[in-house]
Amino acid sequence: MTLSAEQELLAPITLRSELPAETLREMYHYMALARALDERMWLLNRAGKAPFVISCQGHEAAQVGAAFALQRGKDFTLPYYRGLASVLVMGMTPTEVMLALFARAADPSSGGRQMPAHYGSRRLKIVTQSSPVGTQIAHAAGISLAEKIKGGDAVAWTSFGEGTTSQGDFHEALNLAAVHRLPAIFQCENNEYAISVPIRQQMAVNSVADRALAYGMPGVSVDGTDLLAVYEVTRRAVERARRGDGPTLIEARVVRLTAHSSDDNDRTYRPQRELRSLRQHDPLARFVAYLHDHDLLSEAEAQELRAQIAAEVDAATEAAEQAALPDPETLADHVYGS
Amino acid sequence: MSELNVLEAIRQGIDEMMAADERVFVFGEDVGKRGGVFRVTEGLLDKYGPLRIIDAPLAESVIVGACIGAAMNDTLPIAEIQFADFIAPAFNQIVQEAARIRYRSNGDWNVPMVIRAPYGGGIHGALYHSQSIEATFAHIPGLKVVAPSTPYDAKGLIKSAVEDADPVLFLEHKKTYRLIKGSVPASDYRVPIGLADVKRSGSDLSVFTYGLMLHYCLEAAQTLERAGTSVEVVDLRSLRPLDTATILDSVRKTGKALIVHEDNLTGGFGGEVAALIAEHVFEYLDGPITRLGAPDVPAMPYAKPLEDAFMLNPLKIATAMRTLAAY
Ligand SMILES: Cc1ncc(C[n+]2csc(CCOP(=O)(O)OP(=O)(O)O)c2C)c(N)n1
Ligand SMILES: [Mg+2]
Repeated sequence: MTLSAEQELLAPITLRSELPAETLREMYHYMALARALDERMWLLNRAGKAPFVISCQGHEAAQVGAAFALQRGKDFTLPYYRGLASVLVMGMTPTEVMLALFARAADPSSGGRQMPAHYGSRRLKIVTQSSPVGTQIAHAAGISLAEKIKGGDAVAWTSFGEGTTSQGDFHEALNLAAVHRLPAIFQCENNEYAISVPIRQQMAVNSVADRALAYGMPGVSVDGTDLLAVYEVTRRAVERARRGDGPTLIEARVVRLTAHSSDDNDRTYRPQRELRSLRQHDPLARFVAYLHDHDLLSEAEAQELRAQIAAEVDAATEAAEQAALPDPETLADHVYGS
Repeated sequence: MSELNVLEAIRQGIDEMMAADERVFVFGEDVGKRGGVFRVTEGLLDKYGPLRIIDAPLAESVIVGACIGAAMNDTLPIAEIQFADFIAPAFNQIVQEAARIRYRSNGDWNVPMVIRAPYGGGIHGALYHSQSIEATFAHIPGLKVVAPSTPYDAKGLIKSAVEDADPVLFLEHKKTYRLIKGSVPASDYRVPIGLADVKRSGSDLSVFTYGLMLHYCLEAAQTLERAGTSVEVVDLRSLRPLDTATILDSVRKTGKALIVHEDNLTGGFGGEVAALIAEHVFEYLDGPITRLGAPDVPAMPYAKPLEDAFMLNPLKIATAMRTLAAY
């Protein structure tokens, strides 16, 4: 890595964004949409209509900020199961998300074969995900290796939790990407828990970003509840990758506002005090405040947007619930191409 | 037509595929300047350069994992696992990822990649340079597993494997690399994946085998011929998909089945072949379906007497053939 590239990455983030107001409102729309969809999924789960939900609540700013720095239809994304907000930005629709929740045949990610939140769409260059954590980090390195071989300038962006950085694939993939200066961006969404295991029992370093030094790539730790900060860091990482200067490890410090999943109860291991204070770090509230403070979104506009999103979520839920289940006759389809 | 050994045939197959399609690349340990520890990729770095013959870091999971990613970004990777014995760290990537990607994405994504792995023993490789790994991987739907035993098949199958739209585990028996020679046509031919080959036709007894054991079985069959027993030797070549029709046809003809593999017996691939025969052509059988494999010890030992005791040889195979033929 060149020193200047690294300095550029680590330069302080200006809080006042140069982005057009329209883009900022669009960013807010995606965050709010992700939150509303996520909340609706929990209601459907508690109503017995969806066996499993895993949330992106608290991670929205980290994902929308990063995804806005990528180019839709060109760059590859490999988002993990908390990646709802990122896949929405990359083009997945609320109805498609709900089709997966209800395991319907038309679910674009898997046709109802996988649990919800295992996102994938070849058309959108969202790479199919599995459940064993961390495997996608190696795929991201490989996608960017192929990009280098082909002489293209697309980047591969992948996300994962801090617990997942303990996996061997994290190490192997980052090392490979650094050795070959591959156009990859590794986003760790650090919510300080891996199900119930706190970060202090996961790693002895203070920040996941510290590990970048050991691989020979820049590592940046950013407040992942600050959408604009994440956008700016990712934008620089994308530029660096497209220039051929190599990969970047980004740690986005986020909060997990829900239990690990609908099958978990975080009150059994998270201190009461901590649970009570979580909402003070809500990235959505933080961005609304930013927009209000800068006169970019009036209260009336915000209300209108929320109403519009609620209608969108209603329509998506209804359409998906009515959609057909997979036909048992298709059980043996797509094992091999030929 | 030229006379090649198995490793030269594989090299030629890779070379021709790389010349014909610039999406093909090789990724593995020591595949570059060194040309692979067995020399399979020798000379290819000079011809295709470091962006297509790539020395990987010493990390099997990402060797396979990165090739999976690359395959999803419009390239055709050939991953080399230096010895099949070291494939375990990549098990997750092969089984959970490569093999399941088409299915789990409902046909949206697929992984056209080859994983080459030199396997097998009888070369003083001891526990960790002699293993047979096919049974474990042949169990996995979504993965194809081939194990050629002749130069002709090896070249024809490596080309089919590179062109295949799904992941193919390509098993190369180390002892056949230089030992087995044969004529290979200059033409651009393929051996299709999923077809067995009757390497020797016979009427008294069918033997099903693959890899180095094919050659031992042919030798044993010749011994029996002299005593008037006609042995048919079927080279399975492809373990998944398996050519069930050829297996069953052969048993219908001879009424007797012997399955021979170098891998240890329990849970070995022979069990699958035996079960197929028992299920589908039971009424044709004129003797017990017999399996011959290595003893159930963890792996092949180093010292010559121990290695010899572990490995099958033409003599041991001929004895089993005689017993079954006499039944
Ligand atoms: C290889 C593997 N081991 C265990 C699990 C079970 N599991 C699913 S999520 C999870 C915790 C992941 O934590 P982290 O990486 O921090 O992501 P987070 O859920 O906090 O966003 C575990 C242990 C798994 N999916 N894969
Ligand atoms: Mg976590």
